[in-house]
This record gives sequence, C-alpha cells and structure tokens, in this order.
Amino acid sequence: MNARITLATAARILRQLRGDHRTVGLMIIVPCVLLGLLAWIYADLPGNVFNRIGPALLGVFPFVVMFIVTSIATLRERTLGTLERLLTTPLGKGDLMLGYALAFGTMAVAQALVATGFAVWVCGLDIAGPIWVLVLIALFDALLGTALGLLASGFARTEFQAVQFMPALVLPQFLLCGLLVPRELLPPALEAVSNVLPLSYAVDAMKDVTALADPLSKVLPSLGFIALWIVGSLALGSLTLRRRTP
Amino acid sequence: MTNKADDDVVVVDHLRVVRGGREVLPDLSLTVPRGQVVGLLGPSGGGKSTLMRAVVGVQVIAGGSVTVLGEEAGSPGLRHRVGYLTQAPSVYGDLSVRDNVGYLARIMGVGADAVDRAIETVDLTDHASAKVENLSGGQRSRASLACTLVGDPEVLVLDEPTVGLDPVLRRELWDLFRRLSREGRTVFVSSHVMDEASRCDRLLLLREGRVLSDSTLAELLESTGSSDAEQAFLALIDAADAADGTRGSSAGGGSEPPGGSGGAGGSAGSGGGGAA
Repeated sequence: MNARITLATAARILRQLRGDHRTVGLMIIVPCVLLGLLAWIYADLPGNVFNRIGPALLGVFPFVVMFIVTSIATLRERTLGTLERLLTTPLGKGDLMLGYALAFGTMAVAQALVATGFAVWVCGLDIAGPIWVLVLIALFDALLGTALGLLASGFARTEFQAVQFMPALVLPQFLLCGLLVPRELLPPALEAVSNVLPLSYAVDAMKDVTALADPLSKVLPSLGFIALWIVGSLALGSLTLRRRTP
Repeated sequence: MTNKADDDVVVVDHLRVVRGGREVLPDLSLTVPRGQVVGLLGPSGGGKSTLMRAVVGVQVIAGGSVTVLGEEAGSPGLRHRVGYLTQAPSVYGDLSVRDNVGYLARIMGVGADAVDRAIETVDLTDHASAKVENLSGGQRSRASLACTLVGDPEVLVLDEPTVGLDPVLRRELWDLFRRLSREGRTVFVSSHVMDEASRCDRLLLLREGRVLSDSTLAELLESTGSSDAEQAFLALIDAADAADGTRGSSAGGGSEPPGGSGGAGGSAGSGGGGAA
C-alpha cells in the first residue's frame, strides 16, 4: 500500500462523483426529505416520538446510502475492466479499498452535516450532546456501509444482484436495530442477534448523543464495535478482490 | 549477462488455462524477444486475450508458467515495468481523458508532462478535457491506450489496440509501436486483422489455443508459398486440419481430438506445442 496511490484513488472517485450532480443531490437531499416526512407524520401525535426515531434514522441513512453506492461502483469497476487494468499496476488492494472508504467517508460527512442541520433547525430535533460526536458516528456508519458494500460487491456478478444485497444485508439490521421495537423488548434470540449486528450499535450511539450531554463514555464502545466490523469487512473484502480471475 | 533469459522478455512454458470448463490453452509454449514488435494473430476465440491476461498475471492458470523479464508474470516487481491494454477500453466514462490518464500517472508515479505526452501520442490533445463517455469508440480506445503508455513501461501488452480505428489512425499507432520498439521497448500486440501482420517483427499465429506458426512474415510466406499473411494463415489451418484428419491429434496433450483416436490422453505433458 502507498499513500500517494490511495489518495489518488480517493480523489479519482470524488471527481467521478462531482461530475454526477444528480447522485450527489440525491445523497444529500433524500435524507432531509425523509427526516422532514417523519417529523411531519408524528407532528400531531402526543409524546415527542420524532425525538426518539429521528436520531436512529440519522444513523441508518449514511449506512444504507454508502452501501448501495459502493457496491455498485465497485461492481462497475469489475465489469468495465478498469479493475483488471488497475490490478496490473502498482496499485494495492488496500489502496483501492481505502480509496473508496476515504472518498465515500468524505461524502458521508457532508451528508451527515446537512441531514443533522435539517433535523435540528427545521424539524426541531433536540440534541443534548455535541454535534461533532454525531458527525463522527455518521462517519463510522458510512465507513461501515462502504466496507460491507465492498464485501457484497465481491459476491455479486451483476448490478441486479448487487442491488438485492441491500435488502438481504441491510433490512434485517434495520428491523433489529431498535428502531421499531426497543432491543431489550425483542424475543431473547432476536435480541442476541441484534447484539452482534453493527447497525444496532450505530443507532444506540445516535440515541446516546441525542439524550446525553456528555455521551462519549457510552458512544466510544459502540464506535469500537462498529470499527471491528469495518476492519473485518475490509479484510474479507480484500480477499474477494483477486488479481487473478478465472 | 547475455543468456537466453535476457533476450526473451516473455517466456511462456507449457501454459495450460481452463476457462468455464473449457481448455482454452491446452499446452502453450512461446517466447517474445526483447525490443521487437510481436504480433499475436488468429481468429477470435483462439485464446489471444487469455494468453495476454496470463502474461500480465491476471489469469488463473491451471499449469505451466509465464515469466516476464525474468520474474513470474504479475509479480509486484513487474507492475511498473509492464503496461496492459485490455480489449474493451478500460477508462472511466464519467471522467475526462486528462483525468483518466492523470489517475494512472499518479499510480505509476509520473508527472503532468507525461500525461500531456501520452495524450498527444494517441492524438487526443484536442479532446483532453472531454468526458470519455462523450467520445467515439475509437477515441475511447485511444484514451485507454494513453493510460497504458503514460507510465512508459518496458513491456507493452496490447490486446487489439487498433480494433475499430480508421486506416489513418491504425497506421499512426503501428508507427508508434515501431518507434517504441526502436527505443528498446517490447511490444506484444494482438490483432485479428491479418494485414497488420506486415507491421510486426515476428508473428505468432494462434488458433484453438495452439501456436500454428512462430516466425517472421517473410519466413511464413516462404514456408507456405503464399503472397500475404491471410493466405499463409489459411494454408496453415488447412495443413493442420489435414494432419488432424489423417493422424489424429498432432499437437501435444490436446483434449479435443475429433476422432478420439489413439492414446493422447489428458496427462501427456508432451512438448509438441511451439518448440521455440
């Protein structure tokens, strides 16, 4: 691995994104629209339901969006032949993986800043903790989505398959992350499963940062768990990225 | 040190490749000498791209070996020294020509002047700022070639670089390959256009995974008594088919003898192929 090549790869991916205004617009605006819709749905109901669900969604968006974008982008590199050429150059597998993580991590920070701003100032979400912690969690979420997306793309042969990995890998985590039913109220077997899924920890961390003025002591262990998943997925993903193909 | 390994840039030794259950290269041996333009010719489906993939080290091989510049194909030490052009243009359509070439330049560790030079070499200077997806097919493959050239590799492995190009551009590219070889580069280039044979120092005719001929064009024409490469190639095919018909499979270790005649089973590691 080589810092120059990793950064060149990240810059190349960001340059590709910059040329695609519609994708960037969708990445930034869709979370805001959904948050606004959610706040509106609960507007007339008693109890501040949005304050309970809003933060969890802030944890879900970067994960889902980066998963989809990464798995399709890397699959495209495989099918177009650009990956085959790159693997004959000094570029290391780690350069490619980290390049994607860096580029989409940058996008995720932008997305998190806009979505958080919208949730706080427009939808009236109360956040007790510091905003930078929330952005940090969103970044970890995005890196998790990127890492799992890279892994999934290794198993997809077509774009259709890549898109189907989203419901297969993301929706179960969404159902079990505590957004619909608090995790401690799940049947014991499901609670055990939710205890090892990374999105549960992302949503927990988001809830902590909205509820606690000084959330770091609770957020850091969650981030550590997510980091384990990121590293594990990147390691597995680089195994699926083979220089030699049949 | 002027031993044989020094003269031959690529050494393929009893290479066997199986793709999708089919033996694409049953038992291939050949060499590519240094500083020459070596043309790999033959009908599509004959294993040309598979061989090129093996030479750059991205093909899973079932047996034998491929050595480039004295190292195993695809080893890290070769990645600065070998440039590969894939058959389909492998460029990012949503980036400009300059950004595509610039990305490869940064990977190879060369500067902006090399980018301009590579773009000029493939005659795309006027389109350097255009997005690749807005270019014609021929311009796209030239953009891809510029990405291969930018690192100034010693060995160029080019899979059908002139396909779909007009005659003027084809001539310019072949002039470029000749110039590169005069400067000491080795150019291993595939084509299925037989009249490009005259631009090569040596010709390798590949058909159904076997080397039909490995010689200069003059030698080929003389041995077959033909007036051009296409005729010579057809004569060789007819001769090979006739030999197959009369004596069963003639090449070593083949898995597809038409009549299933005598003993040439799977494991016979015969050295029949291309005794170079």
